[in-house]
Amino acid sequence: MILKEPQPSRVNAQGRPPAIAPAPKFARWWSEIARPEVLAPLVVGLLVLLLWEGAVRWLAVPPYLLPGPLLVLQTLIEEWSELFPSLLVTLLITVLAFLAATISGLLLAVLFAQSKWLERSLFPYAVILQTTPIVAIAPLIIIWFKNNTFAALVVCAWIVALFPIVANTTLGLNSTDRNLQNLFQLYGASRWQTLWHLRLPSAMPYFLGGLRISGGLALIGAVVAEFVAGTGGARSGIAYQILMSSYKLQIPRMFAALAMTTVLGVLIFVSLTWLSDRLLRHWHESALQREN
Amino acid sequence: MTSTAIALHQVNKIFANGTVALQGIDLTVRKGELVSLVGPSGCGKSTVLKLMAGLATPSNGYLEAPAVAGDRDLAFVFQDAALMPWATVLDNVHLPLKLKGQSLRACRSRLQAALNLVALQGFEHSYPRQLSGGMKMRVSIARALVTNPHILLMDEPFGALDEMSRSRLNSELLQLWEQYHWTVVFVTHNIYEAVYLSNRVVVMAAQPGRIVADVPIEEPYPRDENFRTSPQFNQYCRDIAHQLAVGNPVPMSPSAPPSILTS
Repeated sequence: MILKEPQPSRVNAQGRPPAIAPAPKFARWWSEIARPEVLAPLVVGLLVLLLWEGAVRWLAVPPYLLPGPLLVLQTLIEEWSELFPSLLVTLLITVLAFLAATISGLLLAVLFAQSKWLERSLFPYAVILQTTPIVAIAPLIIIWFKNNTFAALVVCAWIVALFPIVANTTLGLNSTDRNLQNLFQLYGASRWQTLWHLRLPSAMPYFLGGLRISGGLALIGAVVAEFVAGTGGARSGIAYQILMSSYKLQIPRMFAALAMTTVLGVLIFVSLTWLSDRLLRHWHESALQREN
Repeated sequence: MTSTAIALHQVNKIFANGTVALQGIDLTVRKGELVSLVGPSGCGKSTVLKLMAGLATPSNGYLEAPAVAGDRDLAFVFQDAALMPWATVLDNVHLPLKLKGQSLRACRSRLQAALNLVALQGFEHSYPRQLSGGMKMRVSIARALVTNPHILLMDEPFGALDEMSRSRLNSELLQLWEQYHWTVVFVTHNIYEAVYLSNRVVVMAAQPGRIVADVPIEEPYPRDENFRTSPQFNQYCRDIAHQLAVGNPVPMSPSAPPSILTS
């Protein structure tokens, strides 16, 4: 249904042995792309797009019901000057909410890790925050921030993105190797030394896993909140464009905006995966290349 | 060889769930001695080490540790090497000194000396996952030695290694011990290893964890490969195996489940 973007490789390039001769840039780029895990989804995507275009033409589906991918692409190029700034607004909301969620999530998890009682008493509220439907409370938050819709949108996206980071990092901080804990105790490590040199590094893979989930959720949170806000004016995000297009029955434009949002989500996920692989490449199973 | 390095006096250890882990443990390790603890799983040999290290406290009785003035005088080597996977070999060995506030630059030569002792020069910047089991254990030993401890507590350090790595590390440990005169308490379930290394082999039994025999190995050091194949060596092993069997009888009556299922 959605434009397929080439899936950049999920596996880091660092762990592989260097090429025997310094290969030209294109050849290296090609060897990166021409791998089954990249080619297979690419081929599937192209096939789906072809089928979609063919079906729309063959059955003469009117574009206000389902536009073909070529028309969507054409609209995307035509409307780029209007859609892209909107996407940047949504991206800004997403990034701010994601950063806020990362910092607050990490701090909360560290706080929880300090005492079992703190965790027991506060964790349920983190769960409540997660399970409250954002669509339902977004109007309220927007009313509270009545002079600053942008801040309200960031808060909504932050609420959605927070929980995976808190939950994962707390789990990671509590999963420290027992022998290493004993070792730190034996050498008289202080609470902060243990946290800094042992528990936080141990929690790193969990934390990064949380980030990968939260990155996508922050985008979803931003889009949902924008839908609820229906905001106009200078700071109108991509969801506003989707809404307006659907009101005006500009379905190809709506599809173009939708495709942009999806690609943005994929890009966020891919860059966080890259970050995670990069940080863990020396030691964690998740970032190692299979030897067999 | 006469003064006490570390000792447990009439120690009981009862876990929170009511299990009696240790009962009436009296064990005195003299300075410079290499003592092995052997026994079946669940006999509390690791708990003895934890009590000696201060990682657990006795329920009754007390710990006497005149050789331990500060927390650097005692080092612990864990069964699975217990290395930080995110840190290089050098950073792992640096850990005990880092926790005391010494920067890597300030103690670089000490770290190098510790790595040289266990023949790991050239692997400073490797990560644990790049090393074999035996090499990880060497890193773990280097980390223990970097503070120049008087007492070395080793909890089945070579238990997960293949036989060849094990006997090689045994010989190297003995050489280091003869050179530096540490007091070593060595937990193992391998009788041959215990006999080859030790001045004394302390045999333990399970349920409740207790000491059933204390066998001196009166064979002079340095001990070479010939000792491993000598008749005395076999005699010691047989003796200790017998003590183990007496202390940990297998129930013979058909109604009782075999001990392997209950322990």
